[in-house]
Amino acid sequence: MTERAGDIVNFDNVGLRYGTEPEVLSDLSFTLFPGSFYFLTGASGAGKTSLLKLLYLAQRPSRGAIRMFGKDMITLPREELPMYRRRLGVVFQDFRLVDHLTAFDNVALPLRLAGVKDSNLTKPVSDMLDWVGLTERAQAKPATMSGGEQQRVAIARAVIGRPDMLIADEPTGNVDPEMALKLLRLFEALNRLGTTVVVATHDVHLLKKVPESLIMRLNKGRLHDPTGALRFPPRPSGATTSRSDEL
Amino acid sequence: MSTPPLAKNLGRSDSAKASLPLRRREAANLVPQTRLGGPIPWVIAIMIALVVVAAAGGLALSNLANNARADLSGAVTVQIVEADADLRAQKAADAATLLIAQDNVSTVRVVPEDELGEMLEPWLGDGAGSQDIPIPALIDVQLSSASRPEQIAQLQATLDAAVQGTRVDAQSDWLQPVYSALSALQYLALALIGLLAFACAAAVWLASRSAFANHRDTVEIIHLLGGTDAQVTRIFQRSVVRDAAFGGFVGLVLGALAVWLLGRQFAALDSGMVAGGGLDWSDWAIIAAIPLAGIALALLTGRITILMALRRML
Repeated sequence: MTERAGDIVNFDNVGLRYGTEPEVLSDLSFTLFPGSFYFLTGASGAGKTSLLKLLYLAQRPSRGAIRMFGKDMITLPREELPMYRRRLGVVFQDFRLVDHLTAFDNVALPLRLAGVKDSNLTKPVSDMLDWVGLTERAQAKPATMSGGEQQRVAIARAVIGRPDMLIADEPTGNVDPEMALKLLRLFEALNRLGTTVVVATHDVHLLKKVPESLIMRLNKGRLHDPTGALRFPPRPSGATTSRSDEL
Repeated sequence: MSTPPLAKNLGRSDSAKASLPLRRREAANLVPQTRLGGPIPWVIAIMIALVVVAAAGGLALSNLANNARADLSGAVTVQIVEADADLRAQKAADAATLLIAQDNVSTVRVVPEDELGEMLEPWLGDGAGSQDIPIPALIDVQLSSASRPEQIAQLQATLDAAVQGTRVDAQSDWLQPVYSALSALQYLALALIGLLAFACAAAVWLASRSAFANHRDTVEIIHLLGGTDAQVTRIFQRSVVRDAAFGGFVGLVLGALAVWLLGRQFAALDSGMVAGGGLDWSDWAIIAAIPLAGIALALLTGRITILMALRRML
């Protein structure tokens, strides 16, 4: 496999099937670069969530090769997966908050799992809750929170560890347009700090809000990449110039 | 929104293994803690109580057999069969004189006829002591060491040469069937303990699987956020240890109470052999360690169960 130093994700001819069913993802070959902003689009059932599962290491592919952070994820021992998962921040479509933990404890969870002591995590977690506008709801449990509040807790939890790559599955699906724009700005802010951002969405209006983003379009499990920006090995320059054609 | 307030490299480590495990309280808070009203602590309590009773029984039988062996190991009975009472008494005296002169004999006692009559009275009635019923003379002999078949044969030969109509028996031979029965009961107690330990482990295995299934979503979230198997296992361990400790304590109290009551009942029998089956402090120390072994078994079973379940997840 040809590798570029600094590539954060390399997919080479990846396919995924569940059991004996037909492949839900086929022949995926692409590269994601550090500090880039990607939208993953496609109709329902196109395989967006399956691709995200591969990206956030919840699933191994049925075939092909995946390298992340310079490591082969196919042969990586199971015991080493947590180390790489801690470099990812994930906003799940259904938030996946821990029901009996408060907003504070949910946001603090990635840090606690990484071994940060309670005395060292109070300030960053409080600051993060303040940043997403949930200071007053710090001790609230998910069941008592609105969908938008839960989503902001999920986002705070995803970014608190300053991930190398943020993966968000339909993050604006449950919020009003104003909040959706706020969330997008949040992702952009994180992206400016160097985090690679991958946002799965079927909202085409959202794509126009981040002009410098690259688009990954999935159609029936195959990647549609007319600009060549995602090709493996990637086209060196000018790849994003024809992005407007995609929108 | 403004730039997110991200602390640099907070919680970053080069290795998942290098990160500290969740502290006990934090780990326990990740899954809702069930109360002691659940069946598992009580199942463990019953198991531990039964193990305590079985272990106490096994230890008591062991003590009983050991004491009986110690008492009878060098004990020999010489029987003199002679119908004529005067001649029988003379032969008994001669045999006693001959026996006490032997190097390996420490004490010799001719059992008085009155004592023999009392011993036989339950079977022969009031006539046991009468001269009409010829009763063999008995001599209790205590050897200086445990009796061996060749020693018995030598004594028999010595007596045969000087006194007619004697028969030498090692007392331990008479009790061999009793020893065998006691030994079988000890193995039964051991088998019961093994079966109860297996049942206890099976109960913890089922409870751990059930707890894992109930909190599978939380486990998945923890995994996806970078939690290790060790961290996830620790979450469940606290529940297992707490339930096992409660069950172990209650089981020990119930079992010890049952053993104490049974001990009083047997002590009331005032039988010489049963008296040798009492428990000493080292036996009680072993019994007191049973809940600790139960907790260790539950902890190990719970840990293996959760780790096996985690192995099926990515």
